[in-house]
Amino acid sequence: MSSSAVELGSRAATSRAGRPRRRRLTAWQRLISPIVLVIAWQAASMTGVLPDRLLAAPTTIFSTAIDLVEDGTLVTATLVSLQRVAIGFAIGAAAALVLAFVAGLSRLGENAVDPPLQMLRTLPHFGLIPLFILWFGIGETPKIALVTLGVVFPLYLNTFAGIRGVDPKLIEAARTLRLSRAALVRHVLIPGALPQALVGLRQSLGIAWLALIVAETVNADAGLGYMITDAREFLRTDIIVVGLAVYSLLGLLTDAIVRLTERRALAWRRTLLD
Amino acid sequence: MAAHPAGLEPVVAVRGLTRSFGDRPVLDDLDLDIAPGEFVALLGRSGSGKSTLLRVLAGLDTGVTGAYDVRGSVAVAFQEPRLLPWKRVAANVALGLDRPVSAAVEALGEVGLEHRVDAWPLTLSGGEAQRASLARALVREPDLLLLDEPFSALDALTRITMHGLVSDLWRRHRPAVLLVTHDVDEALLLADRVCVLTDGRIGHAVEVSADRPRHRDEPELTALRRDLLTELGVEAEVPA
Repeated sequence: MSSSAVELGSRAATSRAGRPRRRRLTAWQRLISPIVLVIAWQAASMTGVLPDRLLAAPTTIFSTAIDLVEDGTLVTATLVSLQRVAIGFAIGAAAALVLAFVAGLSRLGENAVDPPLQMLRTLPHFGLIPLFILWFGIGETPKIALVTLGVVFPLYLNTFAGIRGVDPKLIEAARTLRLSRAALVRHVLIPGALPQALVGLRQSLGIAWLALIVAETVNADAGLGYMITDAREFLRTDIIVVGLAVYSLLGLLTDAIVRLTERRALAWRRTLLD
Repeated sequence: MAAHPAGLEPVVAVRGLTRSFGDRPVLDDLDLDIAPGEFVALLGRSGSGKSTLLRVLAGLDTGVTGAYDVRGSVAVAFQEPRLLPWKRVAANVALGLDRPVSAAVEALGEVGLEHRVDAWPLTLSGGEAQRASLARALVREPDLLLLDEPFSALDALTRITMHGLVSDLWRRHRPAVLLVTHDVDEALLLADRVCVLTDGRIGHAVEVSADRPRHRDEPELTALRRDLLTELGVEAEVPA
């Protein structure tokens, strides 16, 4: 019994000592194929196999990015797009949370809120663009509305499910502690629903960026989408790629922010995995 | 109905309590009194309605007929500790408390958890979590403490320690206690009176007068154990 424990212990020690080196090695190995691809892409561009009007060379894209930053085009466009997402997301998230709590906290609320939301959810929301243009014109409003609509559903569904999924045994225990309704919401339901709500938040942010890209590509006179469509007119594939790269960086950034929030807000849970 | 200390208004007075699930009455015209400071253990086989009675007294089950009166404040410790995993231990104990957090820390000291006040509940052992749950109930200084099989999920050694702890805390704070359990020894070690729930009512009750701390081999307890086991429909232990 004790000898096998010692054996296990020593084996654990050697594998712990061996692992970092092996991991660093695999990390390097994983970098090789992307680098080879970029080199091949560059070579194809330089030899003329891949013409500029189909896809610009990596070096061209890189210098275009620097030019666009220097003349301010990229910064202005990014700020315009970021503003649209921020406004649309704020409205959508606020609406989703209010609706989720109305539906989550009472049967009456659920019956009032949930059926119409479930019906609207099945609409392909990019299909609403023609209607939105008729309703809101072609200014900022239809773009923001599209982002809002994309944000509402995942966040609503997950928060609602999160509230309803809180362990009834904990709610019962809270009742024996004579917690008021407000205290129950604050101390039990909100923290209990948070893990699921944060999953919804990440989905919502992903859809928010997607909705923005679609809205901006269909019709815009400013922002990253405009920069990209404008570049298409002049066959500037380098600018298009720069725009796409900025989109994905922004998506990665917002996702990282939520993940960081997750790690801090759900610290009580992390101990499970450690 | 066994006698209880005379002249004191009972903390719990139950008369003709009936609770049915569907057509099946789980509690059927049940009477029960518990005097202030009295430690009552409620025995019964699985599904006999022990926990249902406790839930009624805790105010968690209102679908009953008959009369029941609970005087003063009630606190509950459940079979699972039911700590909120997202609040540290001290915050769990202090939840809904109108006194400062220091009272919660003090209560945790009383159950021997002073070193775990800042821990997350998910990092506690089963025994520690159940101690925290006890502290959460006791810090409210209840007139009636309801214990719903609080030790049944613990290992045998931890259970022995917990019996000592509960006995200690009861002597110090003197709440009336209703301990729901299916462990005859546990009931005999801790309670002033042991009631057996059969067919929806208290079919049998015995007073335990032995001095505390008790040992399970005392002749009085041995006799009572045989009596209670027969009442529960279990043959006396087979001699080795």
